[in-house]
Amino acid sequence: MTTLLEVQQITKAFFGVAAVKEVSITLEAGQILGLIGQNGAGKSTLMNLIGGVVQPDSGTMLFKGASYTPRNPAGAYHAGIAFIHQELNLFTNLSIAENLFIEDFPTRSFGPLRLVDRAAVQQRTKEMLAKVGLNLSPNLTIDRISPGERQLVEIAKALHLDAPLIIFDEPTTSLTARETERLFTLMNQLREQGRAMIYISHILNDVLALANSIAVMRDGQLVTQEPRQNFDVKRMISLMVGRSIDNLYPPRTAAPQSQTLLEVDGVSAKGIVENIHLTVKRGEVVGLFGLMGSGRTELARMLFGMDSIESGSLTINGQRVTRFTPRESIRQHVAFVTENRREEGLLMNISIADNVALVALPEFARTAFQVVDQSQMRDSARHASSILQLKSGDIVQQPARSLSGGNQQKVVIAKWLLANPAIFIMDEPTRGIDVGAKYEIYSIIDQLAANGSGILFISSELEELIGMCDRILVMSRGEIFGEFDRDQFNAETILRAAFREEGDSL
Amino acid sequence: MMASSRRWKPTQFLLNNSTLILFLVVFALFGLSSPRFFTSENTINFIKQASYTGILAVGMTFVLLTAGIDLSVGSNMYLSAVISGMLMRSIGLDVIPALIVALLVGTLYGAINAFFIVYLRIVPFMVTLSTLVIGRGIGTALTESQQIDLPERMASFGQINLLGIPIPIIVFAIIVLVSYLILTRLPIGRQIYAVGNDIEAAKKAGINTDRVIASVYIFSGFCAALAGFILASQVIRIDRSFAEGREFDAIAASVLGGTSLFGGVGNVFGPMLGAILIQMVQTGLQFNQVNLYLQPMVRALIIFITVFFDSLRESNLAKLKRRFIRPVEEAGAMLHDPPEVKGK
Repeated sequence: MTTLLEVQQITKAFFGVAAVKEVSITLEAGQILGLIGQNGAGKSTLMNLIGGVVQPDSGTMLFKGASYTPRNPAGAYHAGIAFIHQELNLFTNLSIAENLFIEDFPTRSFGPLRLVDRAAVQQRTKEMLAKVGLNLSPNLTIDRISPGERQLVEIAKALHLDAPLIIFDEPTTSLTARETERLFTLMNQLREQGRAMIYISHILNDVLALANSIAVMRDGQLVTQEPRQNFDVKRMISLMVGRSIDNLYPPRTAAPQSQTLLEVDGVSAKGIVENIHLTVKRGEVVGLFGLMGSGRTELARMLFGMDSIESGSLTINGQRVTRFTPRESIRQHVAFVTENRREEGLLMNISIADNVALVALPEFARTAFQVVDQSQMRDSARHASSILQLKSGDIVQQPARSLSGGNQQKVVIAKWLLANPAIFIMDEPTRGIDVGAKYEIYSIIDQLAANGSGILFISSELEELIGMCDRILVMSRGEIFGEFDRDQFNAETILRAAFREEGDSL
Repeated sequence: MMASSRRWKPTQFLLNNSTLILFLVVFALFGLSSPRFFTSENTINFIKQASYTGILAVGMTFVLLTAGIDLSVGSNMYLSAVISGMLMRSIGLDVIPALIVALLVGTLYGAINAFFIVYLRIVPFMVTLSTLVIGRGIGTALTESQQIDLPERMASFGQINLLGIPIPIIVFAIIVLVSYLILTRLPIGRQIYAVGNDIEAAKKAGINTDRVIASVYIFSGFCAALAGFILASQVIRIDRSFAEGREFDAIAASVLGGTSLFGGVGNVFGPMLGAILIQMVQTGLQFNQVNLYLQPMVRALIIFITVFFDSLRESNLAKLKRRFIRPVEEAGAMLHDPPEVKGK
């Protein structure tokens, strides 16, 4: 058996934080390597290194025995590595056939011109679609086919490159059971043809069924790479967890009260979330855990009125919500700390004070002309910043951009504090900030709860939810798939629910 | 089976064919109010007058398809016409060589836009706004703000009829057909649509996006010069305000023709109709002796209505692009008509 790909001691850091640290893996021709790990374990970065999307800081890669240093995605696929991304890269305004051949149309001469050879495109597209079992007209535009069909088109595209190595990053998330089965049959055929594949999935049973060997990653490092026979689901999960939690979290100072602040009753939106029920009480921190793409962020956006829901109801503080808009939510004292500070939460170029005052701005308006009372606004902003122990210079002068990630996050929270929210929806509030700043954010969350706010704490870091929450809800594939009280907290059990390892065939 | 499984949706039909419908409605309305409007003489006349806007709109469509914009086309028309006109006057250049000079100037103008946009990564709006001012400035400096009267041979060129069809319409038709061929049959044509749909995905797919983007601005420059030359052959003189503000007619005609300002959506026949529609409205308003000062407002209203349609179409599209987490078995049926093949 020949070694096709050899990754040696590869390291990649983003802004000083290592996403992949000295990882070595090997892959034989005609084999499937399963790659597993929690969100943020470094799987995607490792694949981006192999796929030429990012370049390593150190370490080497050998492909087909020769040194392999792709400078961009095109370099990787010319070398013979096809990468099927989790996010689809199809052009919705073009036909299936055009998507498959967009970078290299077969052409025929027409005078001095090289015209697209439509007959050849049609013919070859039909053959490629047949390989993945899609019975669609090559002329259908992508926006007319279902998500699962799109995924299969993407796979067909990767196959037509005849690449000896194919990377599948979570290919089954939008596939139906039947389509998934078809994909697996196809992967087995490809393996028999001698092609190698790397298969990333959160569905551990699929990995067990497909892979020849399995690599487990945790915190940017390789835990182990061993033959498939050495694994079962239980061992896989325990290898993925294994981190201790000591003194990373402040003690909780108050217990939840009995009054319900937020009640979500049967919220659904087709293809996104299904029949969501949850409650948040006064003074309670409720964790919402789920893997990437489980629908956490989408649910949060719906609860705040940013995306529409199709059925179900929402009751805030005993009042049923009738109009779902962010403006209405703010009026009902709901705050939403977004997942993406840079793009959604903060205006980076304006001052800290102006950022902090943004949500509550109408409250500072004076006289019939609604002129903003600058001095009062700044006083309030200063007050909020001092409560949160914001580390900055003059908040009136300094732009939000100049702050560290942790302090930026505090500005986002301060912004909402001025509006006196009763309910906080926090989506990944500690993403990308260092351990010390995380502790401060946790303390703020505890104080908010102690002061009687209800908090819906969304995170893909299970440890922080276990450290901070009174209750944890697990989301999977757009549904609530488990609920755990504080005395039942157990990382492995919760993770197993997120992976749907109990009584579910998917 | 196939026919019955395809639901006919009136709103979808209206949105997708808004230009043609509007065109027919306006044509019928003007015709009813003034029977002379329907004569072939009048029809040919307003199509002729629409030709240069149409050529401009076709070039603009290429740019809009990549989600860019070219504000400099009016100034490009002026500068290329000024340079070729001055050479006709000073060294007695003949019409065809003068046309070639104009096209070279216009293409170079487009290439300069492309250079700033692709290599210096400046947003198209700012680049072409600057070259709009600079281009007209250079032209004014060259002519010292004087009007250029073009020679007789240019006037007779503008009057050429082939089989009863005026030369501007013939040039317009050729440009539309060539552009149609480029957009639908050449690899770069399809890549223009890909870039406009999702530039990041286009890069990942290995498309040379810089080359695609540069070529649309160069083509737009070429079309502008051609349009400028056609206009010059009709009015026979080039003054300081020659073709001023024409970029807005071009954008309006293109958007009127179903081109999305968000990129990736559109074809060349829509803008062709759009340009003729704008001219038809103008002519129709004159026919009906509508107050001269109200005319721009009526034109603006029509443009507003179509841009409104564009945004409706776009929000419809946005709904289709939502990310799905759960497999939806009947997604195809829910979002749109089921694919034909499945019916068999």
